[in-house]
Amino acid sequence: MKPDLATMEIPYTTDIRPDTGLTNPKLGIWLFLASEVMLFGSLFSSYALLRSGAASWPHQADVLSVPLATLNTIILISSSGTMVMAWAALKSGSLARFRLYMGLTILGGAGFMVVKAFEYSDKFSHHLYPLTNNFLGLYFTLTGLHAIHVLVGMVVNLYFWGPGAAMWRTEPRRFTNRVEVAGLYWHFVDVVWIFLFPVLYLL
Amino acid sequence: MTDGAHDTTVEVRGYLAVLGALLLLTLITVGVSYLRLPEAPAVLVALTIALGKAALVAMFFMHLKSEKPMVFWPLGLTAVVFVALIAFALWTEADHLFGTRFTGAFGGVAP
Repeated sequence: MKPDLATMEIPYTTDIRPDTGLTNPKLGIWLFLASEVMLFGSLFSSYALLRSGAASWPHQADVLSVPLATLNTIILISSSGTMVMAWAALKSGSLARFRLYMGLTILGGAGFMVVKAFEYSDKFSHHLYPLTNNFLGLYFTLTGLHAIHVLVGMVVNLYFWGPGAAMWRTEPRRFTNRVEVAGLYWHFVDVVWIFLFPVLYLL
Repeated sequence: MTDGAHDTTVEVRGYLAVLGALLLLTLITVGVSYLRLPEAPAVLVALTIALGKAALVAMFFMHLKSEKPMVFWPLGLTAVVFVALIAFALWTEADHLFGTRFTGAFGGVAP
């Protein structure tokens, strides 16, 4: 007999699963983030290998813009702060405050992407491309992959800010958990940038 | 408030304090970079501050400080493999990075 997908309930989306002590979405996102650590880890180790094995390496701060990257760091860290406050707003039962903080988080992501676009266009205008040298190859690969992650996070956050928030009326606990899971992803993207910033711009 | 809703004022204050610390550490790491320290101490300072910032985000924003043990198993394994990944990459360049030379399996010196 086929299960009725319309009424079938996904288990442990809000209740704690006894054997793991976690909801399934939370365990799922942590496993996904572990795989993401290895994705970025492989690129960081490529950076370590290529830089330590290079006969010469450019002074990175002379090639890239430290002030722009500092601004982007401040924007992304602040958006991580507003993201966790969006989740806290739901815990305190306020959808309006959730919308405010989530809106600020999305704006932060958009601001980060705009600054990144300025950075990229500046490099291209000076004929600095991924093929120019190993450093720029690594810079564009690492920051490009990170920017894709920011973009994906923005789409997810935008969904929860807009149509996805309808779940708040029917299943508030489940919606709060969804936002927490989206937040874990967003904070991870922030953590990756926390390492990219000194490694690519300051050292 | 919905069912189960509770006052999060104290939590939010904590998040704001963490946010302030993260922004301060960002300014410190940028300030130190303008000192143009030699490479080894510069790497040490920058990565130590980055680790501190990442720990703050993970502990407080991602709530790892109060997370269940099940989360730490995959994360612990990932951390071990991640460190190995970086360590092996650096090991291959150890001769000029750390002034060591790899000694071959039979006591000879590798070319």
